[in-house]
Amino acid sequence: MRRVLYLLPVLVFAGLALFFLKGLTLNPRELPSMLIDRPVPEMNLPPLPGRGADTGLASADLKGRVSLVNIYGSWCIACIQEHPYLQKIKELGVVPIHGIDWRDDPVEGAKWLKKHGDPYARVGSDPAPGRTAIDFGVTGAPETFVVDKNGIIRYKHIGPVDMRVWDKTLLPIIRELNK
Amino acid sequence: MIAEIGHFALILALAVALIQAVIPLVGASRGNATWMGLAGPASVAQMLLVGIAFAALTHAYMTSDFSVLNVAQNSHTDKPMLYKVTGVWGNHEGSLLLWITILALFGLAVTLFGANLPPGLKARALAVQAMITVGFLLFILLTSNPFERLDPPPMNGSGLNPLLQDPGLAFHPPFLYLGYVGFSMAFSFAIAALIEGKVDAAWARWVRPWTLAAWIFLTLGIALGSWWAYYELGWGGWWYWDPVENASFMPWLAGTALLHSAVVVEKRDSLKSWTILLAIVAFGLSLLGTFLVRSGVITSVHAFATDPARGVFILGLLIFAVGGSFTLYAVRAPSLKTGGLFAPVSREGALLLNNVLMATGAGTVLLGTLYPLFADALDLGKVSVGPPFFNSVFLPLMVPMVLAMAAGPLLSWKRGDLAGVLSRLSVAAVAALAVALATWLWQGGSAGPWWAAGGMALAVWLLGGTIVEWAERIRLFRAPLAESLERMGKLPRSSWGMTITHSGLALLIIGMTASSAWKLESVQTQKLGETITVAGYAFTLTQVEDINGANYLATQGTFKVTKDGQDFAILQPEKRVYRQPPRPTTEAAIVSTILGDVYAVIGDAVPEGGWVTRLYFNPLVPWMWAGCLVMVLGGLMSLSDRRHRIGAPTRARAAVQAAKA
Amino acid sequence: MIRLAVLLSVLWLAAPALAADPSEMLKDPALEKRAHTLGKELRCLVCQSESIEDSNADLAKDLRIIVREQIGKGASDEQVKKFVVDRYGDYVLLNPPFKGATLVLWLGPFGLLAVSLVAAWAFFRRRAKGQAPAGSAPLSDAEKRRLEALLKDGK
Repeated sequence: MRRVLYLLPVLVFAGLALFFLKGLTLNPRELPSMLIDRPVPEMNLPPLPGRGADTGLASADLKGRVSLVNIYGSWCIACIQEHPYLQKIKELGVVPIHGIDWRDDPVEGAKWLKKHGDPYARVGSDPAPGRTAIDFGVTGAPETFVVDKNGIIRYKHIGPVDMRVWDKTLLPIIRELNK
Repeated sequence: MIAEIGHFALILALAVALIQAVIPLVGASRGNATWMGLAGPASVAQMLLVGIAFAALTHAYMTSDFSVLNVAQNSHTDKPMLYKVTGVWGNHEGSLLLWITILALFGLAVTLFGANLPPGLKARALAVQAMITVGFLLFILLTSNPFERLDPPPMNGSGLNPLLQDPGLAFHPPFLYLGYVGFSMAFSFAIAALIEGKVDAAWARWVRPWTLAAWIFLTLGIALGSWWAYYELGWGGWWYWDPVENASFMPWLAGTALLHSAVVVEKRDSLKSWTILLAIVAFGLSLLGTFLVRSGVITSVHAFATDPARGVFILGLLIFAVGGSFTLYAVRAPSLKTGGLFAPVSREGALLLNNVLMATGAGTVLLGTLYPLFADALDLGKVSVGPPFFNSVFLPLMVPMVLAMAAGPLLSWKRGDLAGVLSRLSVAAVAALAVALATWLWQGGSAGPWWAAGGMALAVWLLGGTIVEWAERIRLFRAPLAESLERMGKLPRSSWGMTITHSGLALLIIGMTASSAWKLESVQTQKLGETITVAGYAFTLTQVEDINGANYLATQGTFKVTKDGQDFAILQPEKRVYRQPPRPTTEAAIVSTILGDVYAVIGDAVPEGGWVTRLYFNPLVPWMWAGCLVMVLGGLMSLSDRRHRIGAPTRARAAVQAAKA
Repeated sequence: MIRLAVLLSVLWLAAPALAADPSEMLKDPALEKRAHTLGKELRCLVCQSESIEDSNADLAKDLRIIVREQIGKGASDEQVKKFVVDRYGDYVLLNPPFKGATLVLWLGPFGLLAVSLVAAWAFFRRRAKGQAPAGSAPLSDAEKRRLEALLKDGK
């Protein structure tokens, strides 16, 4: 019995060490989305200037077809890195991509799209304090949501999308949802 | 060239450390004095080599040698010389080198001051110390070489995070490391004692002063960090329960427990295996802090840029050092002979209660700090554990401890008389109740927080108990004053140390309670000439001008502060934007009075005219810093006790023998 | 991605905690105080170890505005918390709620205290038993030393 007591520290430490080992493979900063399997938040965002009258983004627009909703902003550096891949994905024609211009002056958001290309079907402007983005549980840009035919959010990707993310993660989910 | 010398010195130091880790240990088990004796010169060589490496890196910083990657990433020619030097440890690689340098310094100290130690114990302790050095040298050489070159060198460096360009934070790490690494002494001696299978009063007598020294440094280091947060973060908070703060607080709690249990080992030859365990835990928690800060396992505001490879390496080091020690402990500790007997109500019992509560406190902080990791690893979801948790769980644990702190020193060894002690404490109890009532009335009953009166009462109870104990020792008012004074002169310094340190804690509690309970603040847009009154102090914004500093631009506001129509002070807070890296900092302007700090911060200009200003009155905050200093002073007083002077007993004995001969 | 997050977090670190612009604040000081107290319990999501009140990250600012908007509209503290938790999960609560996943967290400290008190009690009980009459066996070296120590202390 006494011997067991003296073993306690090393046992407790072994447990801790296992947690640390596991901890090294986890990312404490990655936050899972609360919105998975919930309908997209109620929204009716105005279009960006110069993109046409009926190009804003409302919840109803996300029904009827599987779609991607991408959060971007003209201030976001990682978005520039992501942008060419969004163009490519648009050219594949598998899924429409909608944008939310988050915490941004709509004029700047539109200028940015002119400069870097415009992969979006619809773009809604969500200037500060970014109510819609917060309804989406957004923590940073870029983030990309997969929304199914009924307007239910099925997946969220944090950070830039590239072809690897598309092939390995997004496309299989979209195929599954299209069945 | 100099950088390469530094690098080479580290490699040589590794070789020396390997020798020091093995040969004296083998020598001690075989009783070979020559082999054991090797530890001494090795530790000297170790210090020389590591010192050369540290000097080489410092030289690179002072001369802004940007062909050294570490310097290019963390320094800049415009930086004032002071921050070029302190920039050496303002980054991961350099701070590791500082850590190793301090480790070598403590190793050298064992050799220099340990002439009277039993040779076996000394050889083994130095060998253990060298094992830690080997681990850290491998870590620095394999994953974090500060001497890596950059080709071609950039024209200038990226600069040091401006938050670190501050006297408070510049000297915070060295003190913290002196504390952390100081606990390695108790650790090495604990392991050596486990190998020998013997823990006695002599062991405790050696370990106590070193633990005390480490505790003093750690207390200072934590206080400096807290002071820095107070004036630099711009709103008068001083403790955030951030994982990195917790990482320094846990070893402090364990170290404080160790200090008290070592007293029982020394005086009463009891609680030995527990004390050994605490010595391992205190240093283990220091290593754990290093792991948490540098691996990225826990998110924190202060974390170093993290790297998984480093994380794996430190985890390995942690498993080897702490896991290995605990295993050794499980095998050897049961055979340690238990000594002196004592009843639950006794001085030893009180010290044990202190240990139980301190250990529970450290365990609580550990649990709270690591819980997000546990939950994540077990797929329970992401949770946060913030200040509200620690305040509502940790602080209540400390209440019984402070309550017992007043009574413990009055109890006699072996078997105490609790009822008697409590009756002797009735003065303190009456004072505490009176203060509680006065506080309650002063803050207007439930208009202030309910715990404020409790916090004040607790502090007065502790202060009262401490004074009663001191008064009894010198028989104040019981004996003629002359006799009391004579007794006071003869009080051992360690006894003074306890009295002073415990009083310091009382001051600290008063400051913490008041500043948390009654802080006054006013945040507004203020135009030139406009006056805002906070706590009776009228702040008039008289001037705002741009200032060109050495490596920053600042907006400096000037407040003329009056109290009751009388001029009180001129406050000049700044909002700085550093050139490289381009980051903003706030420099609060603070004038301290005995009742609290008058504290002003200037923010951005507002388009409609005026500036955002934040004006505070932080009550009794100076008491907090004074409390920390008094605690440190008490520690120093105790450290200077003749009985703690290392080797003194043996030397005295030798002198007696010499006199006889 | 991890690297990016680290980079971002380092940038946030740079920002001194000067939150809550006067322009964001509620007119009613009582409501503002409530909002401030509540905001202290909500974690800033991008800085990760500060509350939204202490951070000047953009997202923290947005959340401060939304918290104040809701409080201004008469929402209770619980409603505001639910609003944020619905979007970001329990992670935003600096004071973790008491539930299954945090059971060990909240009860652990008291468990620890109980265990250490029981251990201390067992220590005394064992020692008390050991103290029972030991017959007339001669003193061992250790016992002699102990006796010596006791006598010395008695002086």
